[in-house]
Amino acid sequence: MLELKSIYKNYNAGSVNEMCLFDDFNLTVPDGQFVAVVGSNGSGKTSMLNIICGSIQADRGEVLVNGVNIANQRDYQRHRTIGRVYQDPSKGTCPSMNILENMSIADNKGKRYGLQSGVNHKRKDYYRELLKGLGLGLEDKLYTKVGSLSGGQRQAVALLMSTMTPLEFLILDEHTAALDPKTADIIMELTEKIVREKKVTTIMVTHNLRYATEYGDRLLMMHEGSVILDKAGEEKKNMNPEQIMHLFNEISVECGN
Amino acid sequence: MALLVSVLEQGLCYAIMALGMYITYKILDFPDMTVDGGFPFGICLAVVMIRAGVQPILTLPICFAAGCLIGVCTGIIHVVFKVRDLLAGIIMMTGLYSINLRIAGRANLPMYDYYTIFDNRLMNGIFGAVPGLAKFQSVIILVVIVAVVKLILDWYLKTRSGLMLQAVGDNDVLVTSMGVDRGKVRIIGLAIANGMVALSGSIYAQQQRYFDVSMGTGTAVIGLASVIIGTALLKKLSFFKVTTSVIIGAIVYKACVAIAIKCGLQSTDLKLITAVLFLVILIITRDRKRKVEA
Repeated sequence: MLELKSIYKNYNAGSVNEMCLFDDFNLTVPDGQFVAVVGSNGSGKTSMLNIICGSIQADRGEVLVNGVNIANQRDYQRHRTIGRVYQDPSKGTCPSMNILENMSIADNKGKRYGLQSGVNHKRKDYYRELLKGLGLGLEDKLYTKVGSLSGGQRQAVALLMSTMTPLEFLILDEHTAALDPKTADIIMELTEKIVREKKVTTIMVTHNLRYATEYGDRLLMMHEGSVILDKAGEEKKNMNPEQIMHLFNEISVECGN
Repeated sequence: MALLVSVLEQGLCYAIMALGMYITYKILDFPDMTVDGGFPFGICLAVVMIRAGVQPILTLPICFAAGCLIGVCTGIIHVVFKVRDLLAGIIMMTGLYSINLRIAGRANLPMYDYYTIFDNRLMNGIFGAVPGLAKFQSVIILVVIVAVVKLILDWYLKTRSGLMLQAVGDNDVLVTSMGVDRGKVRIIGLAIANGMVALSGSIYAQQQRYFDVSMGTGTAVIGLASVIIGTALLKKLSFFKVTTSVIIGAIVYKACVAIAIKCGLQSTDLKLITAVLFLVILIITRDRKRKVEA
């Protein structure tokens, strides 16, 4: 269970550009839930993910994982049980290493990074099998540098890598935004498969309203640092992209006034 | 022939330093100026120890360890106190100048009458037995040492820790995602690199048989030039490992300097040659352009 309690966050505090983003922000995500988050730019989606992952610190408030406050943990400590996929496909992989080395690094997550051999050749077949599941033909390219793969292929590898080891949360930060529609669909299908297989608690930020309605158990819409729409279960299933688009337009009109 | 031997000796001495700079400059993307202080640090430490009666071969691991400590200091200044990479190195380099003077006790310190790893009873015995081999005594010993260091480095870069080191220069976001403190990995990298630089200094000390406080000036430039020549070479000859090509880079660089001096320049022009040659190499390989774009 993930809880954000009374989160406050000011950007540029003390300057003329001071902007209050979160003013007593609260969110609870039960175990195993797949949450899709939509919202306009600057609504605080990515800031929320960053506060959960520790990439930025909240000014006040608690981040509780199973009741334990992790707000004082450093980002890398929190990532031990968090898998994260970024919008930028190059952030989830090492471009100058080959697929095998990349997957080995991910496979060793949580273990000590000592002087043992970095690549475990006995696991190669397992990696091939995982890559085969992607259906992108990467299983024959274990020795190809990741830097020479396409964005979609890299993102698929990044998704695999972030979910190879047991994890509490999967954080997806607009992970299909930089991909072409067809590749984005493949990655989204893959995401669904992994989330369901691993039964991992997932928060997915997306600008794609179709994905937001089609996938996930719960839909959040954020605006100016607060949740303005929160639908789960049956209610969510009955939502369609048009309704959300309509809501989006309403907000924009309000802003315009 | 004498010139070739001298180029090989110098080049191989500097090759280990260049391998260290390969770690900082290419893997960590950290232009580490600490080297200008760390290299003579290794030299003076080795000279002082040998004069004090320490076994020459023992100075190698001791200097490596001491160099690691220097690297850790640079790393802490950069990672913990958030000082920019170049400045962190310059701070260490400046401080080390005085530390080197303290260790040596004066600005230059000879050790012509002492045994070294190149000149001792065992080695003289072995090389004395084969006629004509004595000329290459230092070169052959250096080749063995450099090869061992290279193989250890190659092995290390394939370990889990080594892969993490490469990952941190490549994409430090991934390192964080793997639950590893990227600052710590950077400090480890700097420690190994500076350990190798001091090790290289201790070998150079035994080849030159004296310490002079100005010996370090320009070391970083020599190291960077070697790395850049080496990696540029690698693009043409891809069957070499990158560590091998850096070693070749160091020898090629020293050969260029030797040729320049042979062509009539004086040894007092050495630093100018070093600087101009580095500039020429940068322009030829266009490495700087890639850096600016990235």
